[in-house]
Amino acid sequence: MPVSSYLLPSAMVWDAFELQERAYFPDGTEVRPIAEPPVLPKAPAGLRLRGVEKAFGDNRVLRGIDLDVPAGQFVAIVGKSGCGKSTLLRLLVGLDEPTGGEIDFIDDGGDRVAPDARIVFQEPRLLPWFSVADNVAVGLGDGVPKAFARREAELVLDEVQLSEKAREWPAKLSGGQRQRVALARALVSRPGLLALDEPLGALDALTRISMQQLLTRVWRELGFTAVLVTHDVTEAVHLADRVIVLDEGEVKLDLAVPRPHPRHHGDPELALLEGQLLAAILGES
Amino acid sequence: MTTIDTFSEGRKLRRATSGTPRTLTEGTLTEDKPQDWQQASQNPPKGAADGAQAKGGKPAGLHTISRGAWLPYLVPVGLVLVWQILSSTGLISDRIMPSPVAVLAAFWERLLSGELGRDVAVSGARALSGLLIGGSIGFLLGIANGVSKLSEQLTDTTLQMLRTIPHLAMIPLVILWFGIGEEAKLFLTSLGVLFPIYLNTYHGVKNVDRDLVEMGRIYGMSNWSLFRKVIFPGALPSIFVGLRYALGIMWLTLIVSEAIAANSGIGYMANTAREFMMTDVVVLALVIYAVLGKLADVVARALERWALSWNAAYQA
Repeated sequence: MPVSSYLLPSAMVWDAFELQERAYFPDGTEVRPIAEPPVLPKAPAGLRLRGVEKAFGDNRVLRGIDLDVPAGQFVAIVGKSGCGKSTLLRLLVGLDEPTGGEIDFIDDGGDRVAPDARIVFQEPRLLPWFSVADNVAVGLGDGVPKAFARREAELVLDEVQLSEKAREWPAKLSGGQRQRVALARALVSRPGLLALDEPLGALDALTRISMQQLLTRVWRELGFTAVLVTHDVTEAVHLADRVIVLDEGEVKLDLAVPRPHPRHHGDPELALLEGQLLAAILGES
Repeated sequence: MTTIDTFSEGRKLRRATSGTPRTLTEGTLTEDKPQDWQQASQNPPKGAADGAQAKGGKPAGLHTISRGAWLPYLVPVGLVLVWQILSSTGLISDRIMPSPVAVLAAFWERLLSGELGRDVAVSGARALSGLLIGGSIGFLLGIANGVSKLSEQLTDTTLQMLRTIPHLAMIPLVILWFGIGEEAKLFLTSLGVLFPIYLNTYHGVKNVDRDLVEMGRIYGMSNWSLFRKVIFPGALPSIFVGLRYALGIMWLTLIVSEAIAANSGIGYMANTAREFMMTDVVVLALVIYAVLGKLADVVARALERWALSWNAAYQA
């Protein structure tokens, strides 16, 4: 991850100060200058997994995962249904506790830091009774001043190209737009790690391509670590620096994707990697 | 591929002109993939203008609205007319059923004397305080049992058992307990509205999308915040169903309890009139109950539409 990409969030912070003077929403709601500092850009958080296990009763879903993810990397985890990839993701963001092993968040130098992760699910899980902007503000947590929350929501909605929809109900948006709101909500607190659980699985093919471009751009601009779980190998090689194949709860293949971003569909080298991955997943030698 | 060029250009742009982030997003919009949202974000003024135009000139819509406004009243007005004709021609005896004009006269007379206003106010206050007390208890129990497993195990079975007793069957006992004072009416009305509100609140909370609750937890919502932002709004459509059902029971209970023992209120007015064979006043009481019931429902529906405006099913 180039260091220069950290510049952007701080630029956005200065924007936030400049934006104070103008009317904020189409309905003329003014944004008053406030005392609280804006959310500061945070450094990406890497991961260190040692012997991570998860069992549901007798069913051992994860059987000792060792994995190092450097801060700022984009990792994709692929595998058949039931290989434990979603379970692993839920452990990473603290939704479930591992039954064995350790999961540590680490900084650039490999020192442990506080867990700092957000997750985007396949379904957007927006609150239908909140406007788009209020849904994004949920990502900031409780007790945040309203004007500040709105300003941050506006900034991150701009990032996912949905500024115009800030005052709409989620029901009025298309599937792709809702998923972008969910992404904005996950990113508004500037997490060090973003977990994506098949976030594009429910979208149509064209929307999915636009969303892949958007994801790559947002990742490069905000500089977080990304862990993407997907069953779509094409998507994995298109987005990630590195693809991990899980099989019956173990890492079967750990493949680097050494191609510069942004990538385009039809890159022959990506197709080659894709074939390699598919072979590993389907169990061919 | 244009994507690559526009992409890197957009990034450079963003760095260089950090003061105007809005223009930067254009960089990634590729011309060869006309997504609906890209279109929308590129020409919002055009879309807005179209919308305004559609609102401005809609003769067809206006026509249907006016028809929709009077059509529901066609049948009731027709019935009243037929009733008046039957009474005027003497086909229906005045002692069995007074004519609409006689009822109107009774209404006017009692309105002027101030009796009607006082009776309606007394009945209305009884109904509302019963709704408030019983509704609050039902609502709180519904929330508690929907949220807490312990509370549910403690009280739900008891409430489900009590619910099956027709609350009006308790009248003899209530009279023994409270006599024929205000407490008896308040108790019966509260008891009547408690169960529909309880059941629907409980059901609403139980049916709040678990995924949304999990989302709230992930984003670190406190219990109060989770209730306020996720559980209560999620249960609200069901709570409104309970409220509207409770309003019906509220009037029913009040009518019965006022008819049995009261010295004021609409039920008292009707009962006294019966003793003097004043059928016009008895019918007037029925009409007032109908109007009050309809009014309560209209208010509840307006409240519902306002509170659930996010829900496509309630949008006007």
